[in-house]
Amino acid sequence: MSTAPRRLRYVSANRRVREDRRFVVGMGRYAADVEAANALHVALVPSAHPAARIVSIDGSAALALPGVHYVLTGEELAAATEPLMNGLETPEVKRYPLALKQARYVGEWIAAVVADTRALAEDAAELVEVSYEPLPYVIDAEAALRPDAAIVHPPHGSNVLLDRTFVWGEVERDFAQSQRQLSFRVVWGRSSTVPIETFGITAIWDPWRELLDVWASIQMPKYSDQIARAMRLPANAVRVHQDVDVGGSYGVKRGIKHTILCSYLARRLGRPIRLIEDRLENMRAGDAHGPDRIFDVSVAFNTDGIVRSMKMRALDNVGAYAGRAPFQLGKPIGAIVGPYKIQSVEYRAQSVTTNKAVQEAVRGFGQSPTNYAIETAIDKVAGALRLDRIEVRRRNFIRKGEFPYLIPSGTRYDSGDYHTVVAKVLDHVGWDALQTERNRLRQSGLLAGIGIAACLEPSGGNSTFEPLLNPKNTTSTWMESCRIHVDALGDIVTTVNTTSSGQGHETLVATVIGEVLEIDPDRIRVVRPDSLESMPSNSPVGSRMAIMLGGAAYHAAGKLKQKLIGIGAHQFGAGEDAVVYANGGVATTAGDRRLAWAELVNIAHRNWHLLPPGMEPGLETNQIYQVPTGGTLPTPDGRVQMYPCHSFEFHVVLLAIDPDIGLPKIHRYVIGHDCGTVINPHIVKGMTLGGIAHGIGAALFEEFAYDDQGQMITQTFMDYLLPSSQEVPEVEIVHHCTPSPYTVLGQKGSGESGYLGAPAAISSAVNDALAPLGIAVAKLPIRLAALGDAIAAARQSSKA
Amino acid sequence: MKVQLSINGERRTADVEPRKTLLDCLREDFGLTGSHTGCEHGVCGACTILLDGEPVRACLIFAVQADGYEITTIEGVAPAPGELSVIQDAFCETHGMQCGYCTPGMVLTATALLRDNPQPTRKEIVEAISGNICRCTGYGQIVEAIALAAERLAHANAPQRAKP
Repeated sequence: MSTAPRRLRYVSANRRVREDRRFVVGMGRYAADVEAANALHVALVPSAHPAARIVSIDGSAALALPGVHYVLTGEELAAATEPLMNGLETPEVKRYPLALKQARYVGEWIAAVVADTRALAEDAAELVEVSYEPLPYVIDAEAALRPDAAIVHPPHGSNVLLDRTFVWGEVERDFAQSQRQLSFRVVWGRSSTVPIETFGITAIWDPWRELLDVWASIQMPKYSDQIARAMRLPANAVRVHQDVDVGGSYGVKRGIKHTILCSYLARRLGRPIRLIEDRLENMRAGDAHGPDRIFDVSVAFNTDGIVRSMKMRALDNVGAYAGRAPFQLGKPIGAIVGPYKIQSVEYRAQSVTTNKAVQEAVRGFGQSPTNYAIETAIDKVAGALRLDRIEVRRRNFIRKGEFPYLIPSGTRYDSGDYHTVVAKVLDHVGWDALQTERNRLRQSGLLAGIGIAACLEPSGGNSTFEPLLNPKNTTSTWMESCRIHVDALGDIVTTVNTTSSGQGHETLVATVIGEVLEIDPDRIRVVRPDSLESMPSNSPVGSRMAIMLGGAAYHAAGKLKQKLIGIGAHQFGAGEDAVVYANGGVATTAGDRRLAWAELVNIAHRNWHLLPPGMEPGLETNQIYQVPTGGTLPTPDGRVQMYPCHSFEFHVVLLAIDPDIGLPKIHRYVIGHDCGTVINPHIVKGMTLGGIAHGIGAALFEEFAYDDQGQMITQTFMDYLLPSSQEVPEVEIVHHCTPSPYTVLGQKGSGESGYLGAPAAISSAVNDALAPLGIAVAKLPIRLAALGDAIAAARQSSKA
Repeated sequence: MKVQLSINGERRTADVEPRKTLLDCLREDFGLTGSHTGCEHGVCGACTILLDGEPVRACLIFAVQADGYEITTIEGVAPAPGELSVIQDAFCETHGMQCGYCTPGMVLTATALLRDNPQPTRKEIVEAISGNICRCTGYGQIVEAIALAAERLAHANAPQRAKP
């Protein structure tokens, strides 16, 4: 870190987020705002059955409508494209954008209709006659495991995509030696982040340049590579435009099937093709549902509350196709013990196909459900021992002096000070007063409870779960890049080599470069090259961009600074150690000679004769940045360093339920948050508050519910309930900063903050509220109707 | 059929199908893409515009029904190119957004609120924006933005104390 700035000027400062100006005037440019002259529009024909053989598709009535150009079927598309990528080696679980021969979930796209307008395409889609032969189906994950279950992909032979048991440490010994044990089941229902913008794409094929142009609402690693593979094109024939603003994603904007469908149609029809999902298409067949998971957990502990070992079985229902969804069981391995010193773990990760819609990456990539299971275990240990829930956490926490701390599954946590964060939160809350308030609410006739959750946010995503769960995969880098160019007038242009969906990457990269070069970040122009002009990027996944794009920008700026130092030193006839860089200029340490930014830039651009021998003219530097601590492959028993950094959050919630209607109301919500050095406080605050809102939704309201006929019954925002400003309370944030030793400025990730602990905290609060009735909830979301019924039943039986 | 609409103070005409929503008409026929499509069933509020000053869902009204009303879209809020309204500036000050997709609807809703109620309580702000869903922010910084704008608007018209 030789180029580390001495004190921070712009990093952590209360500066505006530069992206906001275009958004407040409605001048963001989203996928649906991209204009393509002469474009044709796509609508989809959905499957009415959870499983059915497609006997025939008759598009003649649709094609007879004036303005309808084409009806595309799965047979034609599959013959012309490669199957979409699977994360695991499951070659017989083939997925194409349109169903091939068989439909596997309700809403699955059977055919695509192309017309002059979207409205006309929708009209025509209703005229496509599909004849089906219904097949047996399976909706429930445990049912999918039974030997007599309907098999979603018969050539694969079973519904099991993944079933692997890891044993890290002496699990059986630790269970045998512990004084107490307990076991339980919790269920994480299927929800998602459901951005307000649906997925959208425009694709244009230019047959004369042999070039496919794509504008999409995308957040997807290796997107252009995946397009090229599926389209059987060289990757340099795919140009993804990354200057499209993405209207929210939080993981799920991965419309690869939409992209291949439109790319094929653009080539087939020789016209620009546009597909903007409507809400119904998005909800039932956008392939963007989140984890759907059953946890069976056992913990072994002593009477002092120390948890020694854990066995966790996670059974995840990925829906009808594989994709990357099974990897969402892999990412939590990097924080499988949470913030606790649990010595040994057995983890069984099972992923099964069913006839539900397809699962995709959702904020946290499986970590939030796992945190919910871990936190439930800690609450139960405290309950079993009649110990204070916070005290049990304190006793099990890794201590400040023990970092870097190696957990049983092979990750070394970077840093943390959990005890201090908890102490600060309790001090802020007024712990005794909060308990008094709960008791007052109880006396007023409400069911009131306090919820607690402590958890980690692994950050700096490096995709190590790929080689961990797929031995043929040898991925050991997940780089991110930045390029800086200083023009001859001294103005700076830098790059973000991916799309953004509200994370403020332009602000991030300008802030870091401004910090290193000691130049006002507002003077730096940030651009987004298209994928053909870009440096390598792995997109904003896994809470990685502060660490990864920040790291790349930091080093690229450091190189630029070093070049300026070299130019300055050469003019002074001094060694580089005899000059100092300050405020964009270079001076001798004695201070007698100084060259300002403009003079150094002029030499670099115009005065070859003044440059040090061997130095390239101009001022351009770049950095392709490897994930800190990354680079190793897993051991055969499945130990590996997963993500480099681990942010910590501690939630305290006071909630009261009206026992007559089962409606919970959050009275107070406090979170302690430590994500190391904060680069922009507004951005981190917003992500944390937004994450908590998502967590409240996942805990209380949001569920893609299916009936036993395989029909999705929450297809609109009337049924799939998104928290509004009325449901999300005012949240108080207590900050703490434990810098990471592995990153350039001590920063950690925060893109998933709040969401990773909120569901556990809400569950904990509801169960504290229900405890006097002797009942508990063990499934999220906690449906209000179910809660009301359970309370009524418990009150009835207590009267009886 | 032909519609004549008054949008951001200008009379504009378009030839639309009777079934075309005002939202689609604004976006496709007039290029006003700041109004966003979210759910198309009136829940999310991303398409909020002002109709005679009142916040309305442009996805729930046909273009042909909007004839005769004064329509304000987000493009009509900024006083001049490069210059933000007090409310827009307050959203930037508190970072009352992330992806920006719900933002035009929020700004218009806030504009109507502060016109009618220049000094709203927190509860009134929460109530006013409860028909606009934001998935990024958890609403905290949006509420702060509106409160800040109210404060600034109140002070904008306060007489300056004479300097001694």
